[in-house]
Amino acid sequence: MDFGSINPVLLIASLMVASTPILLAAMGELMVEKSGVLNLGVEGMMIVGAISGFIVAVETGSPALGFVAAAAGATVMALLFAVLTQVFLSNQVATGLGLTLFGLGVSSLMGQGYVGIRPPASPRMEFFGLSDLPVVGPIVFNQHPMVYVSLALVAGVWWYFRSTRSGLILRAVGESHEAAHALGYSVLGTRFAAIAFGGACAGLGGAFLSLVIVPQWTEGMTAGRGWIALAIVVFASWRAWRVLLGAYLFGGVTVLQLNLQAAGIAIPVELLSMSPYLITILVLVIISSDKRRAAASAPASLGRPFHASS
Amino acid sequence: MSATLLEINGLRKAYPGVVANDDVSFSVGESEVHALLGENGAGKSTLVKMVYGLVRPDEGQMSFAGRTYAPGSPHEARRTGIAMVFQHFSLFEALDVAENVALGMETPPPMHELANNIREVSETYGLPLDPGRLVGELSAGERQRVEIIRCLLQDPKLLIMDEPTSVLTPQEVDILFETLRKLQTEGTSILYISHKLEEIRALCDGATILRLGKVTGTCDPREKSARELAELMVGTELATPAVRDHELGDVALALNKLSVASTNPFGTTLKDLSLEVRKGEVLGIGGVAGNGQDELLVALSGEVLSDPGAVRMHGEAIGGFGPNQRRAMGLLAAPEERLGHAAAPDMSLVENAALSGWVRLGIVNRGFIDWGKARGYAEAVIKEFDVRTPGSGNAARSLSGGNLQKFVIGREIMQKPEVLVVNQPTWGVDASAAASIRQALLDLAAEGAAVVVISQDLDELMEISTRFAALNEGRLSEPRDAAGLTIDEIGLMLGGAHGMEVAHV
Repeated sequence: MDFGSINPVLLIASLMVASTPILLAAMGELMVEKSGVLNLGVEGMMIVGAISGFIVAVETGSPALGFVAAAAGATVMALLFAVLTQVFLSNQVATGLGLTLFGLGVSSLMGQGYVGIRPPASPRMEFFGLSDLPVVGPIVFNQHPMVYVSLALVAGVWWYFRSTRSGLILRAVGESHEAAHALGYSVLGTRFAAIAFGGACAGLGGAFLSLVIVPQWTEGMTAGRGWIALAIVVFASWRAWRVLLGAYLFGGVTVLQLNLQAAGIAIPVELLSMSPYLITILVLVIISSDKRRAAASAPASLGRPFHASS
Repeated sequence: MSATLLEINGLRKAYPGVVANDDVSFSVGESEVHALLGENGAGKSTLVKMVYGLVRPDEGQMSFAGRTYAPGSPHEARRTGIAMVFQHFSLFEALDVAENVALGMETPPPMHELANNIREVSETYGLPLDPGRLVGELSAGERQRVEIIRCLLQDPKLLIMDEPTSVLTPQEVDILFETLRKLQTEGTSILYISHKLEEIRALCDGATILRLGKVTGTCDPREKSARELAELMVGTELATPAVRDHELGDVALALNKLSVASTNPFGTTLKDLSLEVRKGEVLGIGGVAGNGQDELLVALSGEVLSDPGAVRMHGEAIGGFGPNQRRAMGLLAAPEERLGHAAAPDMSLVENAALSGWVRLGIVNRGFIDWGKARGYAEAVIKEFDVRTPGSGNAARSLSGGNLQKFVIGREIMQKPEVLVVNQPTWGVDASAAASIRQALLDLAAEGAAVVVISQDLDELMEISTRFAALNEGRLSEPRDAAGLTIDEIGLMLGGAHGMEVAHV
């Protein structure tokens, strides 16, 4: 294959950027699903985060405040989902789908006056000359702060599940809410916290899109990334490092196929455009193809409503 | 014995429509093993949930070691020194043993230290356990060890055990009792819940008997006969099912080296099962839960297909036939799980009757359901098996477990099967209803049907089986004549003590 004009270093650096929204949203959803809740509203929370962050960043001139607002806005959406599904025991699938539709609608309403505006630029990190190193410089030392945050999040979530008591309780709640309840752990409290965390992560992912990647506000700009995040969590068998792999694979193929399109390679554009979806799903399906193991790693209470009988 | 440890005074708990406990009072002394005896639904579980802080009583007081005790949560109960082994295990299958133990402790030590503690305590009490294994891979007996060790690591003053022996082999029960007696000598009190009278007579110093939420008696179980205890518990005389004499006919159902992989990741794979059941015979299949009972039932009912020749009915290879084809031939089955397997929870009894009966009873005519016939059939089952429900239009979910059990068993028996397979036919059913279900199974056999009863209740199997076989880790023992089998022999057929040993200290 002719890579001609494609520079592998820049490719890696830009794939990390392109993958970050999905990675953030998927880590949030991983936490939610580990606690036994299926929130299909990731797309809706992402886009509400994108517009909330955009508005606040434009009005205050501070990208950092924008990210905070994005997390807060999407958390509000998530808590709406939490109240409906956990307190009023509404159906999680229907409520999640509704949340996505609601998020798409409400974000376009909020964004009425913000189309075509450029947000304040958010600079990349500079590490005293380290950023000028060949190869490592652009990849490791010259990224947007949120890229480092997203990687720290992967490590943090992995460590949280592996080594903390609170992580153990969260996994226990997702595994069998009846048993966790019988031992005196608060199923609702754990799930509310997880859902809120998932919302905040999705919001950050959305804002990274509207403030850094694009950077602009357009209606429906998340363009299905929330759904990809959901799929990645499942095919990654609910493991943090595999989620990272899946997200980077998706981002990588996206960037690569854009480059290939630009290079004018003789593959139909339609095939190239669908390739990230196909390849990511295919690879993760192969990784998780051992059926018995896959069934064992899924949180056993996933999507089941909990109502304390006593 | 000596001072009172736990004192319960006038506890009452009502749920909408039911009074689960009414004015319950009793006390447990220090290092006493106290039994709480009663039928299913007598209110035993609600009572101990109140002691463990899971349910708040509406009225009444408790005191523990002389101080007022009103736990708001299980955390408080554990801090006070109360530990509990649950009837339906409070375990997490996808977590390992150490993690499961940590979840049941208030202040667990770091994981590697905890793993060592688990090894140490499990050795001391003769309950070997590897802290690194996933609970989902453990047998029922091993799972119970996890629960017990979780309690022991907290040095409880009072240990509550809710029906601990229902999943153990007789040998495992003996070892459990050794452990409990050892705890007793160390000063731990035990509140032991069961409806098995002989166990209570062997183990307990005192007993409180509950019926319909009320205390009906307190006694020293060692001084009463099992029959007296039973009458206190049930309130009436019990009828023993009568076996009618009849000749056995030809082989109706035969398995020949049936091997089926489980569809459940933690399930048991069936290995080389062979057996023959003759017309008029009741074959009892015993075994501790999780040794392949569910898998055997679905392989016989046709939900899971096998080699055509591995299952034969009247000589015809039916291993490749689905449930409806088998039903048409006269092979019916009633699985253990009532809600969601035997019955569709949100559908009415009429619909549930039609779902199973349409093949044999002509309820469906050219693709249309004859609702009149279906209703007539559902009502006949309700009447014949004394199912307590306001009407046949009620949802299956609204029936109590025992009543629904009567319905799903009756639904199959009244279709006049030639071969009937049932799993846990009297699970959760009160004693008099259980006796009538057993009688119905015996009558069915006497009329010439072959009956396979899979059950974990050994007394039940001894009562109705012509021959007895045991399932252990997916393998079936050679069937033996049930008459003359001793409990010890059965225990060995069930796999003995599964590596348990008597406490070392």
